[in-house]
Amino acid sequence: MKGAEAMMKALEAENVKVLFGYPGGQLLPFYDALYQSDFLHILTRHEQAAAHAADGYARASGDVGVCVATSGPGATNLVTGVATAHADSSPVVALTGQVPTKLIGNDAFQEIDALGIFMPITKHNFQIQKTSEIPKIFRKAFEIAKTGRPGAVHVDLPKDVQDDDLDLEKYPIPAEINLQGYKPTKFGHPLQIKKAAELMKIAQRPVIIAGGGVQIANATPELIKLSEYAQIPVCTTLMGKGVFPEEHPLSLGMVGMHGTQASNYSVYESDVLIAIGCRFSDRITGDLSSFAPNTKVIHIDIDPAEIGKNVGVDIPIVGDAKAILKDILIHLMKKEMVNKTEWMENVKKLQKKSMPVMEFDNTPIKPQKVIKEMMAALREVDPGLTNTVLTTDVGQNQMWMAHYFQTSAPKSFLSSGGQGTMGFGFPAAIGAKFARPDANVIAVTGDGGFLMNSQELATIAEYEIPVIVVIFDNRTLGMVYQWQNLYYGKRQCAVHLGETPDFIKLAESYGIGALRVEKPEDINEAFKTALNSGKPYLLDIIIDPSEALHMVPPGGNMTNILFPDRQEPTPKAQCFSEMKKILSPKV
Amino acid sequence: MEHKHIISVLVLHKPGVLQRISGLFTRRWFNISSMTVGSTENPDVARMTIVVQGDDTVLEQVVKQLNKLVEVVKVTDLNSKKSVQRELCLVKVYAPTEDSKSQVIQYANIFRGKIIDLSTETLTVEITGDEQKVNAFLDLVRPMGIKEIARTGLTALMRGSKILKSNKA
Ligand SMILES: Cc1ncc(C[n+]2csc(CCOP(=O)(O)OP(=O)(O)O)c2C)c(N)n1
Repeated sequence: MKGAEAMMKALEAENVKVLFGYPGGQLLPFYDALYQSDFLHILTRHEQAAAHAADGYARASGDVGVCVATSGPGATNLVTGVATAHADSSPVVALTGQVPTKLIGNDAFQEIDALGIFMPITKHNFQIQKTSEIPKIFRKAFEIAKTGRPGAVHVDLPKDVQDDDLDLEKYPIPAEINLQGYKPTKFGHPLQIKKAAELMKIAQRPVIIAGGGVQIANATPELIKLSEYAQIPVCTTLMGKGVFPEEHPLSLGMVGMHGTQASNYSVYESDVLIAIGCRFSDRITGDLSSFAPNTKVIHIDIDPAEIGKNVGVDIPIVGDAKAILKDILIHLMKKEMVNKTEWMENVKKLQKKSMPVMEFDNTPIKPQKVIKEMMAALREVDPGLTNTVLTTDVGQNQMWMAHYFQTSAPKSFLSSGGQGTMGFGFPAAIGAKFARPDANVIAVTGDGGFLMNSQELATIAEYEIPVIVVIFDNRTLGMVYQWQNLYYGKRQCAVHLGETPDFIKLAESYGIGALRVEKPEDINEAFKTALNSGKPYLLDIIIDPSEALHMVPPGGNMTNILFPDRQEPTPKAQCFSEMKKILSPKV
Repeated sequence: MEHKHIISVLVLHKPGVLQRISGLFTRRWFNISSMTVGSTENPDVARMTIVVQGDDTVLEQVVKQLNKLVEVVKVTDLNSKKSVQRELCLVKVYAPTEDSKSQVIQYANIFRGKIIDLSTETLTVEITGDEQKVNAFLDLVRPMGIKEIARTGLTALMRGSKILKSNKA
């Protein structure tokens, strides 16, 4: 059989069901083999969207997502999506076409050093040089992507490798693979586990920070058990949102730059901090010297390099969060905990202070109100909000959602954390819908971010993928303009998006149902219409552009939360007149 | 405290591995003083000896990040172990007269160096040793006029019978 057919067999062996991609000259044998296979292939309208869709699929399912792009520009268009997936430890396998091996290095048409380009943004990558290597390399790629700390893996496929013949009996797809230099640790060191349990027992003001690693390890049941048994409140990172039910009395909400008062103060005041599957990014810690100054840190992570990288650690435990929490619980259950009444009262006070205000009747609509109505409409079809998957884009829309949308199920809040990639939300929702076909899948996005991948309206229209797009439409690059107002003397530069396009007409031009919402009383109905349509739908919600987020300045002390004044966006008028002079010189 | 660390890294002997490792050092701003690569007793495995400048936290990250690379089989910090270290240095010294030539030859003998090339104006000396020894020799001949130097950077092995097994498991 041809190499490309062997690739199909290899993908089958990995249980792949859907591929997101875009063909091209150097992938013709691959797509020809695809034609003869049973795979679902979703043709996105841009390769970046294919990568985000594969990423969304991976995040929502926990399985590997696969994207495909041709050589040269196809490969480079994938880059942002692959980097985004990798930064958030999402298992994505990216396949790229490549010029035939005999042309490699000669600057052939659409040749690019894909191996070099993807190397620093993936967990590992391969270039297949001989057809006989296909079975092993595919196996390795998937194994590396999904085990240990998951991540993106790239495989470059020269055209002749896809075309040449391969005897699969001679070179079978291996069931097990031995990677000499790759042995992720699963179980935590028993002594460290014992030490951690001892420390948790005597802790008077303990706090847990749960990150994306808890999501990946499916460790929610163990986390809840630990938190309840030992009376430890839990805050989550953006990547951890969903791993601990937010209506739980021990939930503190999100921690960090845009975190809740409850989380940031509890972490600051803690005497024992238990970080699980979180990498202490600068968005969580702010100024390191004032971060949780009087605390002992227990850090649980599958990636040893994360431990001690940013924050000093007292008890490091390397391994899978689920396995480690199970082991810790065994130790904890044997003894009584220190009384924590005082701490619990303090936590309750902080929680009360952080209670979000969500009821607004203002026009233009406040984002908080949109989220309140969104939850209400969703609860009618999904009371526990467990059958709903949300993706966000990047910017204020993302942080509003992270704050105000109460998530109670893991893998149901998908957002680009590590890279903060605008354009992520909408295509990621497409992938998520394939992972969770029965779930309500909603992409919340800003107008700026939506325009970065709005061409995917064509994809959801063509395949009738019932994803709902919700645009928090403030006609500005909200997050940037907020920062300019706060830290750059209100000099708003290059953040005004103007009045175009008309998102309703845009959606309709693709044949997609759409509604514009301008009054708070219409939000609920609009959501119901979208949810009940069972079809792709777009809601353009005109929100108050002056609404600003509370935040901690970059590198600041996490308890110095700033509640900025509302600021109207003020476009720099002179800019337009200058432009007109240049563009129509006769005037 | 900043100091030099000698790290011994066994890697799979494959194309692209060097790029992966040097890319890691560039991206993370690890400060490399020198890096040597060569084959080992196992044809599938190469040994890199990397000298890094930094404090202990930097060293810890270097070791951990190297370990994350799939093609890296084993990483050892040789500072924590007794080790033997050598560097090869070729130095071309200006020695136009018989006197200056015999002077260089004398120095070379003391340092157990070898004269490996000769011209009317220059002598080329091969010298091996740890960094201090090579530096000391260079300091000695510098006043005479060094025309050119080529140094390999350190390579090192653990002392005694202990070895780095090329299997991580
Ligand atoms: C690809 C990319 N480009 C630029 C940025 C920088 N950035 C972060 S938030 C933001 C503004 C987002 O505006 P919009 O999508 O309208 O969302 P809003 O903040 O108004 O909700 C920008 C430009 C980014 N994160 N990603």
